[in-house]
Amino acid sequence: MARRETPEINAGSMADIAFLLLIFFLVTTTMNVDSGVSKKLSEKPPADYVPPIIKEKNIFEVNINRNNELLVEGERMDIKDLQEATITFIDNGGGEGKVEEGVATGPCTYCKGERSEKSSDHPNKAIISVQSDRLTEYGTYLAVQDQLLKAYRELRNRLSMEKYKTSFPELEEAYKKDKQNESLKKKVEDIKTSYPQIISDAEPTN
Amino acid sequence: MSKFRKKKKGMPAVNTAALPDIVFMLLFFFMVTTTMRETDLKIDNPRLPSASEVKKLEHKSLVSTIYIGKAKDLKYGSSFNRIQLNDKISTADEVPAFIINARSKVSEAEVPFMTTSIKADKESSVGTIIDIRLKLRDVNALKISYSASKTAD
Repeated sequence: MARRETPEINAGSMADIAFLLLIFFLVTTTMNVDSGVSKKLSEKPPADYVPPIIKEKNIFEVNINRNNELLVEGERMDIKDLQEATITFIDNGGGEGKVEEGVATGPCTYCKGERSEKSSDHPNKAIISVQSDRLTEYGTYLAVQDQLLKAYRELRNRLSMEKYKTSFPELEEAYKKDKQNESLKKKVEDIKTSYPQIISDAEPTN
Repeated sequence: MSKFRKKKKGMPAVNTAALPDIVFMLLFFFMVTTTMRETDLKIDNPRLPSASEVKKLEHKSLVSTIYIGKAKDLKYGSSFNRIQLNDKISTADEVPAFIINARSKVSEAEVPFMTTSIKADKESSVGTIIDIRLKLRDVNALKISYSASKTAD
């Protein structure tokens, strides 16, 4: 009796087909992950909006001129020194915090600054105002924003380490994974309101 | 004794039966990770500035991108302030229409989560960015992301 042979499909060209597809996807693929400095714009103020009067000492003025040079609080500064200067300003805690919904936040208990009379009262009152020229390079502008955000990150991180023994990014990450967790939410909110990011963009000079 | 004599039949062929499997595996990997570029860049690929405080953009379908940089076509001049919306070079005045168009593509509930990603060259001027920002504020597109590459601290 003849041996029964199972007929086989010739799969020799399978690899060729797969290669063809593979090369197509290799060429069309872009692996870049979009990342960027996120920012929330303020809403358009109504026509009759009167800006509140803010004490000069609670404003940290950063000017960038068209030659990409920095003027911070009336003094020239290098970008690399900006973070430190910002931290000193925010963390000063020289007076009372603002009154929120009738509840006074009182003096800043977690600040480690000099508590100088001439600098900011409380992190929730400290405003950073960035004014740039229309001809400032975008790269410099973003580098300044980055330094300011870094200053906030450092302060938030420090507070989070002290209060909850974890770094702030870790805390946020944990909350992101477990949105229902009320205690985590409270912690994140607490750190965020302790050091709120108040960075305003002033109208540019021409 | 001939039973034990080695048969010399030349080089044995390498078994390639598993090759398609390997290739398919690679193929699926690239198929899953691939994203087709929807728009042709009419400007030179922007040299993004770098920053350390970057966040990943999530929900790609809710992101609309505005490119700013030097136009490839020389008739637009060599300044780094050309704006590209969708497939063509535009001006800041067309930004609101672009955003409204992008909004019409997503459901009502998702509109507040829409982000505008600004991909600008580092030599672009802040004035251009500010013009766009004012237009974005007019149409209440308040979430923006300045695209930047991540640097180590």
